[in-house]
Amino acid sequence: MDALLDLLTKDSRLSVEDLAARLNLTPAAVQAKIAAWEADGTILGYQAVVDPEKTANGGVTALIEVRLTPERGGGFDRLAERVAKFDQVSTCWLMSGGYDLAVVVQAGSLQEVARFVAEKLSTLGGVLSTVTHFQLKIYKQNGFLSAPVPDGSRLPITP
Amino acid sequence: MSSSIKSKISERIQAIPRSGIREFFELVLNAGDVISLGVGEPDFSTPWHIREAAIYSLEKGQTSYTSNLGLLELRKSITKYVARKFHVAYDPVKEVIVTVGVSEALDLAFRALLNPGDEVIYHEPCYVSYSPTIYMAYGVPVVVETSADDDFALRAAAVEKAITPKTKVIMLNFPTNPTGAVMDPRELQGIADLALKHDLTVITDEIYSELLYDERTHPSIAALPGMKERTILMHGFSKAFAMTGFRLGYACAPSELTEAMMKIHQYSMLCAGITAQVAAIEALEHGAAPMEEMRKAYWRRRNLVVSKLNGAGLKTFQPGGAFYAFPDIRSTGMTSREFATRLLEEEKVAVVPGTAFGKAGEGFVRACYATDEKQLAIALDRIADFAQRHRKG
Repeated sequence: MDALLDLLTKDSRLSVEDLAARLNLTPAAVQAKIAAWEADGTILGYQAVVDPEKTANGGVTALIEVRLTPERGGGFDRLAERVAKFDQVSTCWLMSGGYDLAVVVQAGSLQEVARFVAEKLSTLGGVLSTVTHFQLKIYKQNGFLSAPVPDGSRLPITP
Repeated sequence: MSSSIKSKISERIQAIPRSGIREFFELVLNAGDVISLGVGEPDFSTPWHIREAAIYSLEKGQTSYTSNLGLLELRKSITKYVARKFHVAYDPVKEVIVTVGVSEALDLAFRALLNPGDEVIYHEPCYVSYSPTIYMAYGVPVVVETSADDDFALRAAAVEKAITPKTKVIMLNFPTNPTGAVMDPRELQGIADLALKHDLTVITDEIYSELLYDERTHPSIAALPGMKERTILMHGFSKAFAMTGFRLGYACAPSELTEAMMKIHQYSMLCAGITAQVAAIEALEHGAAPMEEMRKAYWRRRNLVVSKLNGAGLKTFQPGGAFYAFPDIRSTGMTSREFATRLLEEEKVAVVPGTAFGKAGEGFVRACYATDEKQLAIALDRIADFAQRHRKG
């Protein structure tokens, strides 16, 4: 991956000047690259990665395995895109293996998730079955550990 | 009538001066909460898969001595790695010795090669151990000073000037600690030509050779024609794989030299630690990707450090390798020691005075960028403030 893009995935709050200094680029070049990536959809957005346990009303997250009937002339695309449009769906992936779509749903409560699955998801034409798993605890997400282990301390001066 | 216990210490050892780094170390310890850029080791812990291999080997009960030369499996991994990275083919059975850090390999190499009075040409500023280790092996260290005008490069012409009838060994280390200087392949060939012409042995410390930036590749002198037979190639795991505390290194050399080093090693160490050796195999076989991530991080930090130090009026050349910047602090009118001491007192940032690495380091300090990026940024801002306050003209 491009070094600038890689750095943005680790910390997208660095200023253009800070990014430029770390990559031996001019701020103008950094600005131009970012603008181009935003325009063509390489960069879809920027997000803070939050630990929900530290927020009030963290809500509930569920991973749903969805089995679909593929369609002539489109495969899974039309159905998958329709599922992805729901606000409650934060992630939607087409998968190999025992099911077709991995769908991550975030809602205010267990009941809300259950209602979404029963009323909105399972009822879609083409959905064969769903299996819902509720998330119990996050150890790591998007490359960030929930409880970073402090690195062993070093001696302050060594040759 | 009895004399002090101090007088019982060997005269040779008493004659070795106290390390410049050690004194500064004690100053820093007493200074309280400091951001230290004075280290010589990665801020990363050893990648988890390597630690896990070590833990697993302990669970399995692998806790005994190994062959003096090191686990054969490790030696095979080493020769595969060296062939791929340095383009030199060594026989894992006879031409590799696994040591307790490159530090031990250095000691073995000098003790195996030097007769009293033999001269060893090496360059300064350099790692603190070279000169004392040569001296302890009854050799005579002969300095070639490198300079900032030349980005601290070592040139064959300078080495040639230092050759005398007593010269036995040329000692090389690049990328270099403390300057981050790298070696020009043409100069390297020039040095090889000198070794061949004067029948000299070469010892090369390649510990930072994976940490190269801007698409550079590392030329090893052992790969040049006629050189493998007269070179001891030393490398280890401390810097690239963040395994400093494991204390593991190795030397590759013609079998006669390896055998001579083994003679010393078998009595003084017996063998390197088995847990470290098992971890090292994992590092060589599967460690390329995490190592590359660390190298990229060092590269970003190098860019940041060089740009900020120059911006602060402290002239810093862009180092091609290792993880040190070596800024010129003379614009403050201070000596290296004064700068480092006052920076510590006034800004609680620690750097190492360049003089700890030889007289040629006067006027410079070593700043290590193997430090957490946020801490590094704070330290650089404080250094900039300090340099601004003390700028002379």
